[in-house]
Amino acid sequence: MEFHMIILVGILVTVAVYLLLSRNMIRIILGTAVLSHAVHLLLITMGGAGEGGVPLLRESDGPYADALPQALILTAIVISFATTAFLLVLAYRTYEESGSDNMNTIRRIDRE
Amino acid sequence: MNNILVLPMLLPLLTGFVLFFLRPSVKAQKIVSLLSLLALVAIAGRILYRISDEGILRLDFGGWAPPFGILFVGDSFSALLVLTASVVSALIIAYSFTATERRMENMFFYPFAFFLVAGVNGSFLTGDMFNLFVCFEVMLLASYVLITLGGGKVRLAESMKYVAINVVASWFFLVALAFLYGTVGTLNMAHVSVRVAEAGQGPLLSAVAVVFLIVFALKAGLFLYFWLPGSYSSPPGPIAALFAALLTKVGVYAMFRTFTLMFYHDDFIMGTIIGTMAVVTIIAGCLGAVAYTDIRQIASYNVIIAVGFMVLGLAVFNEEAFKGSVFYLIHDMVIKGILFLIVGAMVYLTGKTKITEMSGLIRNYPVLGWLLFLTTLGLAGIPPLSGFIGKMYVGLGAVEGGNYFLLFIGFASSLIVLYSMLRIFMNCFWGETIINREDQRLYPARRLIPIAILGVLTIGIGVGAQALEPFVSDAARVMANPDLYIDAVLGEVES
Repeated sequence: MEFHMIILVGILVTVAVYLLLSRNMIRIILGTAVLSHAVHLLLITMGGAGEGGVPLLRESDGPYADALPQALILTAIVISFATTAFLLVLAYRTYEESGSDNMNTIRRIDRE
Repeated sequence: MNNILVLPMLLPLLTGFVLFFLRPSVKAQKIVSLLSLLALVAIAGRILYRISDEGILRLDFGGWAPPFGILFVGDSFSALLVLTASVVSALIIAYSFTATERRMENMFFYPFAFFLVAGVNGSFLTGDMFNLFVCFEVMLLASYVLITLGGGKVRLAESMKYVAINVVASWFFLVALAFLYGTVGTLNMAHVSVRVAEAGQGPLLSAVAVVFLIVFALKAGLFLYFWLPGSYSSPPGPIAALFAALLTKVGVYAMFRTFTLMFYHDDFIMGTIIGTMAVVTIIAGCLGAVAYTDIRQIASYNVIIAVGFMVLGLAVFNEEAFKGSVFYLIHDMVIKGILFLIVGAMVYLTGKTKITEMSGLIRNYPVLGWLLFLTTLGLAGIPPLSGFIGKMYVGLGAVEGGNYFLLFIGFASSLIVLYSMLRIFMNCFWGETIINREDQRLYPARRLIPIAILGVLTIGIGVGAQALEPFVSDAARVMANPDLYIDAVLGEVES
């Protein structure tokens, strides 16, 4: 289980890095979204995914699964959701002002 | 009850929500902000005194005893920083009452300034690594909004870079947390410290420590500072001052907490890696501060030099040097606040940004000029101003530890700082007056008051260092002896 998860995390990170290094703003934002999914999977793997029963007394006899990583991921998902939403609006406003979604063009703006 | 510990974070947060609903009336917003800020300063002072009376305070949320719940821990280090951050942000927000455009005041400037303060105070007080991440994000999301507020091509382009770099940094933070949790099975700082000490800081834990180092270095502008000058020089005065005074300091604080409490076992990371990063940061910051002619860029590079200097104290790693770094952190929050407010005012008054385009401002704005001169002396560390005492203790620590190279770099940087600041002062305030007395833009005295109070503070911290000393020594003592912190948090609980 953990082995497969780690491979999957690796693939997601690869895809995300590829997207992050492109010049198009939307691709960069998608890259950050994929990146955060990768780390959420990593977190759940680190908590020992697939081991133990439901962490509720009387529902199972234990050993129980670790519930903490899920709480962490829930928080992290909300934060990454907010950040992505903000980034999308920011990208739209930047596009409106500068008329370009290419990071190379945008980078040159402040040199003027 | 220790419930007072949560107030420095809760109060700004609630104030922020209230301010959202007061949007139509700017006047009401200002009154509520002012009251809340005064209360915040009083609470922060009270916490500091309680800690000096009762030792380290702890607040377990929901009554879950550590290491199981989330908790806030107040030791002298965090309380000192909370107090300084509250005072400085109160003065900067008071300054922005008179200096912010109506358009921005209506677009939620004050609520987000308060959310920023909430995130900063939360980061100082938390005793849990994941909670630290959450507080960082609260602070960063507020800063994203503040940096983009008002728009404009250049601002948006710079914000895009700033947001992107911080999203990646936060990602690294999560990766580090995942590995930390996977390795030691806990996120409570004191508990992590115990487990790391038990297991020994092997290669795996050292790798986790280095990832944390990268994260905090990105946030603090240590070595990985390339994003900083652009994003700190694009927003208007008060916002840039808030950023320069608070944001990088949180990164520096997190670095001190992580490497004095948890990962202090590896000499190679402590001495060599952190030391090299600090030295490179100082040198690169000096080059930037001397090379640019844009006053906002020069000020931003001065932030980078200061970060390098504070981390130098961490690299030296003894109690004396910690003391110096704590003094310097307090000093730096105050002085960077003044510096960025004055620089913002100069840009506003002249409409120019380069030192070659300004001249003879001392005749137009004498008080502002002398305040800048005071700031220059303070930044360089000339006694009796606040910078001196911090530099002295870091120096003492370096001599004690035999780190003469670090000592040399740290003190040589003071000269460069002095030179770069005198360049601004001489070019802009001396020389022939090019703006006619009749044509000059009016600079109302009520804007000068917050800057002047900050100026008095910088003198006060220098002259009154004796009064501050017990708190700072206590902070340094806890950093040098992590057991004090661990005992206060875990107490009799089985680890």
